[in-house]
Amino acid sequence: MQMEMSHTLTENTRRLPGDPGVWLFVGADMLMFGLFFSSFVVERSKHPDVFNLSQQSLNFNYGGINTLILLTSSWFVVLAVHAAKMNRVKLVPHLLAAAALCGLAFCSLKVVEYTEKLSHGISMLTNDFFMYYFILTGIHFLHVIAGTVLLFVLWKKAKAGKYGSHNVLGLESGATYWHMVDLLWIVLFPLLYLMR
Amino acid sequence: MVRPLTLWLSPATFVWVILMLATCASTWWLKSGASTSMVATAAILVIAAVKVRLVIIHFMELKDAPIKWRLFFEAWVLVFPGIVLAGFWFARG
Repeated sequence: MQMEMSHTLTENTRRLPGDPGVWLFVGADMLMFGLFFSSFVVERSKHPDVFNLSQQSLNFNYGGINTLILLTSSWFVVLAVHAAKMNRVKLVPHLLAAAALCGLAFCSLKVVEYTEKLSHGISMLTNDFFMYYFILTGIHFLHVIAGTVLLFVLWKKAKAGKYGSHNVLGLESGATYWHMVDLLWIVLFPLLYLMR
Repeated sequence: MVRPLTLWLSPATFVWVILMLATCASTWWLKSGASTSMVATAAILVIAAVKVRLVIIHFMELKDAPIKWRLFFEAWVLVFPGIVLAGFWFARG
């Protein structure tokens, strides 16, 4: 009986990792993106041919590679939080640096992609599809930039030995935000680049 | 003494491998295989929703979070991909 209880999480032992304020922000941000996705499919249903034709000019390899990059970055962040909880303090900054470099790689590829579009004369004024493409990926891009800066800040603090089993709250809060940036891209990428 | 591989061989690593494989399947297999089919589109969306759920439960650790928080995010995974799927269904060619 006792063993059974020790394996069951009760409402008292369940905990939200990180700061609840960050979770409120993450929830609100996800609702906002949910409305963006809904608005996109409503507009698309009015001109499916224009949306499908425009989609063909997107390079889905960029989007796919960027998904792999963000997933890997998220994984490094998970490992960083675990390492801190296991008190492997010296490993934490290395994992955060790897995650931050993935963030930079995402940004670089995004800049290449935008430059390519603009050099072909495609902008958000081209049509409704590209308006959504530039606004949705642009807002997400700002999230990635903010997250990458955040990862470098966490890296600096981790290098000073700040994170360990005694102090993991700030790291968990940053991790929560970064995973949200990852999961929004997991939906945004197929929505814009793949589904037709 | 902490075993050095305990961290790398955690369940999170297994989840990451699944997420990477699922991404490759959507992007470079389903997309090119039957790009105009509603079935491929639905499959791509379902895979995305499953991936989001894996991130929420395992990476964001909502599996151990208070139920109300977990329910909110689980509902998000159902509601918005559901709306997207309905939108594509009604606009199919």
